Amino acid sequence: MSIDPRDLAASRDASIADAARADDLAAAAGEPGDSGENGASADTARRTAAVAAAMAIRGRRKWAPPKQAKPGAPLLEVRDLKTWFSLESGTVHAVDGVSFRLDYGEALGIVGESGCGKTTTALSIVRILPRNGRIAGGEVNLMGIDLVKKSENQLRRYRWREVSIVFQGAMNALNPVRRVVDQIAEPIEQRLGESKATSRARARELLELVGIPRQRGAAYPHELSGGMRQRAMIAMALACDPAIVIGDEPTTALDVMVQAQILELLEDLRHKLGLSLILITHDLSVVAETCDRVLIMYAGRVAEEGPVGEVFRRPRHPYTQKLLAAFPNIRADRRTLDVIPGSPPDLRTPPPGCRFAPRCPFAMAVCHDVVPPEVTFGSVRVACHLYPPGSDGHQVTTAPPNAIGPSVPLVEAPPDLPPIEVPPA
Amino acid sequence: MSDTDRAGRTESGAAGRDLYRIEGLEVHFTIRGGLFDTILRRQTGVVRAVDGIDLTLRRGEVLALVGESGSGKTTTGRVIVKLTQQTAGRLTFDGHDVSTLWGTSALRDYRRRIQLIFQDPYETLNPKHTIHDFVMEPLVVNGIGAASEREQRVLEALEAAGLRPAADFAFRYPHELSGGQRQRVVIAGALVMNPELIVADEPVSMLDVSIRTELLRLMLDLRAERGLTYLFITHDLSLAWVIADRIAVMYLGKIMEIGPAERVIRSPHNPYTQALVSVAPSPDPPTAGERARRTILVGETPDAAHVPTGCRFHPRCPYAFDRCRVEEPPLFDIGDGQQAACWLVEGGRELPVVQVRTTDQGTVVPGSATPAGATT
Repeated sequence: MSIDPRDLAASRDASIADAARADDLAAAAGEPGDSGENGASADTARRTAAVAAAMAIRGRRKWAPPKQAKPGAPLLEVRDLKTWFSLESGTVHAVDGVSFRLDYGEALGIVGESGCGKTTTALSIVRILPRNGRIAGGEVNLMGIDLVKKSENQLRRYRWREVSIVFQGAMNALNPVRRVVDQIAEPIEQRLGESKATSRARARELLELVGIPRQRGAAYPHELSGGMRQRAMIAMALACDPAIVIGDEPTTALDVMVQAQILELLEDLRHKLGLSLILITHDLSVVAETCDRVLIMYAGRVAEEGPVGEVFRRPRHPYTQKLLAAFPNIRADRRTLDVIPGSPPDLRTPPPGCRFAPRCPFAMAVCHDVVPPEVTFGSVRVACHLYPPGSDGHQVTTAPPNAIGPSVPLVEAPPDLPPIEVPPA
Repeated sequence: MSDTDRAGRTESGAAGRDLYRIEGLEVHFTIRGGLFDTILRRQTGVVRAVDGIDLTLRRGEVLALVGESGSGKTTTGRVIVKLTQQTAGRLTFDGHDVSTLWGTSALRDYRRRIQLIFQDPYETLNPKHTIHDFVMEPLVVNGIGAASEREQRVLEALEAAGLRPAADFAFRYPHELSGGQRQRVVIAGALVMNPELIVADEPVSMLDVSIRTELLRLMLDLRAERGLTYLFITHDLSLAWVIADRIAVMYLGKIMEIGPAERVIRSPHNPYTQALVSVAPSPDPPTAGERARRTILVGETPDAAHVPTGCRFHPRCPYAFDRCRVEEPPLFDIGDGQQAACWLVEGGRELPVVQVRTTDQGTVVPGSATPAGATT
């Protein structure tokens, strides 16, 4: 289970070669971004190659799946997950039938607005829910083991060791009165049963791995900058060499340049350690930069899921289209932000049909009554009545795709701005 | 206030165009050490939060002040609204020197004309006060209007901020509103004073994408209707790109580059701006070429108590050469209203295309002055 930086140097070169092979395989199978059969097979080839590469890296570190794991099972497969919260005023259906898969070495982004259930989905995987929350149905299969059926005690075996979480506010998640190195050593000591000295030595190695000099491990959290604290959080998440790291808004509170550093670090670690990542964020650009696949959630359900390039370049679900058009994009034209009118539904009493229907510019009668089934087109999955089963996945409305609703410029030229006058330098 | 009133106050010429002018602004905070240092008033260091900037806000424009934490952008905003006193520098508002204007009564008219919007609507609003009371408060404090006129103005401000019908919202409490509605209440609280200039400090950073757009549009609509001028303070270059007419980029208390938004984003002439633009996140998945051109600066902004010599960006700059270490570059004119502080663009030269120097990130001590470089 140990991570030796020297092994890493070697495994990094190997992983680059593996990744290159994955690209070749994918290229041979067809251009990524194509829809239909071709896109699906390219996606499958890419995933197969990525799994092989990640397994190879993990194999070199003598990583073994838990004993009960079923050979050949996908790393993580969530099926029809339902997580509900009981309030005095009713039951909140925060996550209501969410399914997705995560392979070895893959990075999945879960995106949506506040309250869409993205964090709840991730926390349900290792069941760290608030007291009033419970998993009301579905399966969470980790390497073929259904974690929903495990007792609280049995589940402890999987937290940290197989799945760990990096939270958003590093200052709140770290203990302010303990040295950073001790906090990272703790899970190694407790979960893996290592001696104090070994645990500390490994903690220092981990700090180095995430770009913190060994001697800085003696610092207390308040002595570190925001970026350094987030690096320490990542080191802690890696303490027991998990197969999956979940990042819950890991870069939200950070400056742009520090965010770029942290995202680069995560990307680097993924290739070095054969990690799988689940990135929960409201920031579409973070997903575009770092993830292979994206899961767009709306009001507790999956709206659309697929490879990042495919979904972002050719969004099918009206919500995805709106979300992308509402996001400020430095590479696009100025002031063409779109507005999504209305607000998400109350999840105590969600609308009976499609949950986006009340805000959707394309809503038809059926949308208000019938829940749209999830339909797969090539490598993309969409839940929208515009794409019924058996259709070709092209939007069946007259409006051109990607331009739903008038994309009104926020404002034209500023009113009567005088000619720009340059003061002497 | 009506337009004639405003016009009456405005003088002709440059003062009419320039609503607010900052010249040579410096804000230094002194650090005192332990108890003894405090008693003896011994100064142990100086934080140069804002270290000599010139900035002009033109009437009716949106100027985005962009920078990372510690760049001095918020301090600059606080000086304008007179929450922080400047160490040095001249402030001119609407043709009048307001540098030495202090004290509650002297600032009464000034504060009416310049309003501030904070980032967090949850903290700005008092949970025990109704929306009506919050928006009314500045009128009461400043003794503006009779009771009935105040009521009228409160309702008008709420309507203008998009809370319609205003009477429905007026007697609600903050917890009954959504995040977007709360920020609209904060905007209404600023509007009720009929300001000319609004300093908005990260006004939409806490909000979801869909709500954010509505508020940005509201702010721009209000500018068109009321001729407002905005200083929009943000760390998010993409947001500045969307909303601002001009962008000023700050680093460690200095303006590194300023100019029309298109010029600064599409053709940055300062290496720091160039790096910021290259890492600015975009929902378009990056191509391999774009990935390769990205300049991720190593380390973090040094703290403002230890500003590097010469160009303050030189320890992290991929192009730094000898002159940068000893001499601080002034803002050079690039043309089209763009100015950049970098020796490389002196005399109208272009910035070189990013050359990549790989540094082993594992050995770099973030925050330290050396080694400098860029990784991709």
